[in-house]
Amino acid sequence: MAVYDRRYRGYDGPITALNARWMVLPRFAWGQVFKARLFAVFFTICFVWPVVATLWIYLHHNLKALATMGLDASTLAPVDATFFATFMGVQCFVFGGLLALLVGPGLVSPDLANGALPLFLSRPITRTGYAVGKMATLAVLISLITWIPGLFLFFLQSWLEGWAWLAANARVGFAIVVGAGIWIVTISLLSMAASALARRKVIAQTYLLGGIIFGGIAGQVVNQMFDTKLGFAFALPELMHTVWEGLFQVPLSAQLTPLVAWLALAIICGLSIGILARKLKAFEVVK
Amino acid sequence: MTDSPGIELQGLGVRFGGRPILQSLTARLSGRAIGLLGPNGAGKTTLINTLLGFHPPSEGTALMHGHDVVKGSAALRGTIGYMPESDSFIAGITAVRFVRMMGELSGLPKEAALERAHETLQYVGLGEARYRTLEGFSLGMKQMAKLAQAIVHAPKILFLDEPTNGLDPPARARMIRLVKEIRDSGQAQIVLSSHLLRDVEECCDEALVLKDGKIAFHGNLEEERRANKKFLQVETRGDERAFAAAAEAIGCTCALISPGRLKMVLPQQVAVLDLYKIAASQAIQIRRLDYKRDSLQDIFLKAMEEPRGRV
Repeated sequence: MAVYDRRYRGYDGPITALNARWMVLPRFAWGQVFKARLFAVFFTICFVWPVVATLWIYLHHNLKALATMGLDASTLAPVDATFFATFMGVQCFVFGGLLALLVGPGLVSPDLANGALPLFLSRPITRTGYAVGKMATLAVLISLITWIPGLFLFFLQSWLEGWAWLAANARVGFAIVVGAGIWIVTISLLSMAASALARRKVIAQTYLLGGIIFGGIAGQVVNQMFDTKLGFAFALPELMHTVWEGLFQVPLSAQLTPLVAWLALAIICGLSIGILARKLKAFEVVK
Repeated sequence: MTDSPGIELQGLGVRFGGRPILQSLTARLSGRAIGLLGPNGAGKTTLINTLLGFHPPSEGTALMHGHDVVKGSAALRGTIGYMPESDSFIAGITAVRFVRMMGELSGLPKEAALERAHETLQYVGLGEARYRTLEGFSLGMKQMAKLAQAIVHAPKILFLDEPTNGLDPPARARMIRLVKEIRDSGQAQIVLSSHLLRDVEECCDEALVLKDGKIAFHGNLEEERRANKKFLQVETRGDERAFAAAAEAIGCTCALISPGRLKMVLPQQVAVLDLYKIAASQAIQIRRLDYKRDSLQDIFLKAMEEPRGRV
């Protein structure tokens, strides 16, 4: 029907699959996020380090180019588990963290503040579908700058070095995917929980940043007061260091035992899910 | 569409924190447009929320087009349109993007959703404003945008919660016209919740009046109007009490509404001419004489007065 034909009419065309509806949410959210030019610039900058790492690996296997630059292969840091752990550390904690801080707090809070949840939840999408859709917005963006380039570098190195290197270092590839996955799930849930708590993006950003910084300070205080290292369980970067040390099998000066780190991460994720379950409702009962 | 059972409430009850909000509601709502009426706190919005599957009933159940609202909610939600009472929009996006997104979430493919978003916004009168962000909309425009998102996917059941809230008279008239058009298209059954009896009277052919979470009245408005006795509203000048006594003597039922104004029901054998004869014999002037029927307001007020309601 043409737009000038102002009649109400039914729809008898095709309908999309029910289990794919949640994907509409990230698609529209990405459209919103990339409308901000500053964010587009930041997202481009996120790929600078992967490009540098790609060149690094390339130079390792191109003696001619190294000679042209007056360098020797032995002067370059080796491409091993430490190289990948460092690469992933920068991509996840620095760029991934900033990306979570920019995007995460704005995922849920505007919908809560503007009463949009009944509009979503009266449609064929569950609360879980809504949360997964919103989380996917952030998770896919962080994936694009973390484990996807990480895996690309891993396979590039394997290709240039020989497939025997891949067989010998398969653990590194696994660590790239799993390590980034744990970080993505944790930071996505945390930022969404902050977003659901605050209802305003700026306040949610403060909650998220403050929570990470305050967690570290609180951990130090606990350590000093009780002469223990368990206080590090409050510091998210420390938890990730511990988990990654186990995954990459490289020394990252972790202060906690893996069990404590995993337990603390599970508690953080559980609490975040609890907050989301409590806040993401179509209506509120006024007591 | 109208032959199907529509909405069936089967002993539906809802409790919040142990407090009963809806109690044993049993009704079969099959009208083209059903008016949901009741004073504040009667449970209108709770009933809509329950039918939308936002919270499970604590007793009984409800069926919409034969599907249980709890067990069959996934299948039902694609066929439901909902316009909430409160301010509901997505920040930072244009009206057309908002309506398109809602269409896609309801199951429309991308292209169809975009096409219908444009059409729907034109239909509700926001064609010129469809590329503006929703935050900049006036209250009336936001109401229209809410209606657009509710109908973009052509739902089978359309829930409108206070659709004319905050609208100026022209905007209200436009909203009522749209609701009536949707009703007359036969494509959707409408459930309209409103405080405004006029809205319900204009749009609905069936009414459900709630009072303290119970059904105070449920019936077909047209049948109810027909069933109600036709009465005369008489304005007199003179001794209206003597006039009423004389009319009652020949079998009329009279009630004094205000000084000089009487409400009279005439039996079969009494004609209007007899009233003029009485008036002439008592030197009373009949200044005005109108046939009236009970309005929705009368039905509503009666339902509110009666302790157990009127079903």
